Formats: sequence, C-alpha cells, structure tokens
Amino acid sequence: MKNKKNIYTKLFISTFYLSAFTFGGGYVIIPLMKKKFVDDLQWIEDDEMLNLTAIAQSSPGAVAVNAAILLGYRVAGILGALVTILGTVLPPFITLSVISIFYTAFRDNIVVNAVLKGMQAGVAAVIADVVLNLGSNVLKQKDIVSMIIMVGAFIATFFFKINVMYIVLVCGCMGAAKILIQMKKFQKGGDSQ
Amino acid sequence: MILLKLFWSFFQIGMFSIGGGMAAIPLIQNQVVNLHHWLTLTEFTDLITIAEMTPGPIAINSATFVGIRIAGIPGAIISTVGCIFPSCIIVSLLAWIYFKFKELTLVQGVLSGLRPTIVALIASAGLSIFTLTVWGEDGFSTNPQTINLVSVLLFTMAIFILRKWKPNPIYVMLGSGIVGGAIYLMI
Repeated sequence: MKNKKNIYTKLFISTFYLSAFTFGGGYVIIPLMKKKFVDDLQWIEDDEMLNLTAIAQSSPGAVAVNAAILLGYRVAGILGALVTILGTVLPPFITLSVISIFYTAFRDNIVVNAVLKGMQAGVAAVIADVVLNLGSNVLKQKDIVSMIIMVGAFIATFFFKINVMYIVLVCGCMGAAKILIQMKKFQKGGDSQ
Repeated sequence: MILLKLFWSFFQIGMFSIGGGMAAIPLIQNQVVNLHHWLTLTEFTDLITIAEMTPGPIAINSATFVGIRIAGIPGAIISTVGCIFPSCIIVSLLAWIYFKFKELTLVQGVLSGLRPTIVALIASAGLSIFTLTVWGEDGFSTNPQTINLVSVLLFTMAIFILRKWKPNPIYVMLGSGIVGGAIYLMI
C-alpha cells in the first residue's frame, strides 16, 4: 500500500517538475520525459516511450497532456493517469493565473525576455541531443524501411509542412505493410527467414 | 451560463487540435476572438506571446488566461477541464487498446513504422527552434550578419555538455537561460 502511494507521489512530482520546465511546446517535454522515466527511473523502455509518443501525437489535444496520460496509465492505471494529468496541468495553470493579473509588465520586462531568449538555445540543444540518441538507435537497426520513413517524414514535415496526422497515418501503414510482406515471405520460405 | 460556454468552447478546442501546439492557435482564435469576443485581437496576440514564454501547452495556457479574465478562478478551472476532457477520454481509450493489443504482429508493424516518424518529427521541431534562435523570426538566411553569435555559442556549449556529461536537461536549459540572459543584458 505504502509502495503504491509512493508511485503516485513520484508520478505527480515528476510530471509537475517536467511540465514546469517545458518551454516551447509538446516536443520539448518528450526528451525530458524520456530522461526521467526511461533513463533515471527505468519504468519504461526506449521503444515504449516512442510508441506512447506516437499515440500522444496522433490524438487530439496537447501532446504534453496526452503523453502524461499514457505514462500515468502505463505505470499505475487510470488513477496514475489522473495523477499525471494533474501534475502536468497545474504548473501552466498556476503560472498563467499569476501572469494574467499583471501581464503587460511581464511581457515588456527586458530581463524576462533576455533569459527566455538565452533559454531557446538550450532547448534547441536538448532536442538535438535526444534526436542524436534516438536517430542513431534507428540507424543501428540497419532496417531500410525505417530509415526511409525517418528521412521521408522529416522532409515532409520540415520542408513541405504536411499535416502531422497524414504523416503518422502513412508511416503507420508503411510499417504494417512491411510486417505483412515479411510474414508472407516467412510463410512461403518456411524456416528460411 | 458563462461557465458552460467556456467549458464548451475549450472542449471544442481540445477536441479538434490534433498535432498540438501551433495547430491549436487558429482554433483558439476562432472561439475566443471571433465567436465570443472574450479577447480583442491584440489581447489574443499578447496571450500567444505569453504562452510561448511560459511553460505548458498553448491550449492550457489560453484556457487559464481566458477563463480567469472572464469568470475568475472558477472560469479558469472550468476552461482547463474542458480543454483536457476530450484528451482524457480518447487517449485513455487508445491506451487501453494499445496495452491490450500491442503484442499483435500487425500492431507491432504499425508501431515500427511510427517510431522513426516520431524521431523525424522531433528533429523537425528541434530544427525549427534552432533556426529561430540562430536567425530570429525571419528564418534561415545565407547572410552571415544575421546569425546570432550568442545563440550559436550557447547551443554549442549546451550540446557539448549534454553529450559529454549527460546531465539533467532541465539544468542545461536553465543554465543557458541564465548565461544567455546575462550576456544579452550586457550587450
């Protein structure tokens, strides 16, 4: 019982802390979540983290909230999901409540602006670091289809600004097709796989 | 009545913003500025600026901001709940399906296609932020004078520290904010 309570407390503190530092949209929280839940706490694995991110990304709503729901659910069921939702929503809720009272002063403050501008470079570096780690994992598998998907999805989203939903749909189908073709080969070729 | 309106507006925003972040902005504008006149366009632009400067998803930030201005703290709570309500239902359902069927070969196939996609999407988001921090709002340019050298220096230092010592990324972000902020204020 005490153990369970511990998990909820840890889930709440972790998501609260991550959400409080997620500047610049949903993609920033994914690297932070990976660091916390995959590397530090080792509650889930690298691949699972990417699977959950894929689901979070293709569902409606904020990516950070969706990812928190999935993580909470994975670690401690529905109650875990409720705890992580609360942890993720509270920091922006508190910050914005305070700021909405004196928002023009905040917006025009030069110190705030300078620090945030400096932080941008750090955020870019954190994302670059995670991309290098995850990207080299994909390359290491030496799977041609995965590499094509990775490069193709990047070009589609970065250069052509194609809606993420379509990219996710097409790439999911490509993955399914790959498996089906492999299975056909396997059936035909017997144990030669 | 106003609480119900807030709930329903942000419920729609939460329901139809797929892909997160920037995708939500036009929806929020439509509900908050055009339909209900809760904010003027200038206030809305301020809100987006503030939302970008503070932690958390834009939709949640907007819900809190609009809710509190229209109906105080209860308004903020109702709007935020409305905003995350669709996610809770749909994602919980998907989570249940995922954990029940993830061992199926076909589901494995779909996921094997999605993993490299997500890496690509994160890379694309990262490159956008990199471009913004190095070249500013106007985007990439071949003119070397438009490069923000402070940002390049901060980025290089941060990535070096991250690769070499693997510290908690939050400290790297904060450190970069403090060092960068100090430099920007001095020059």
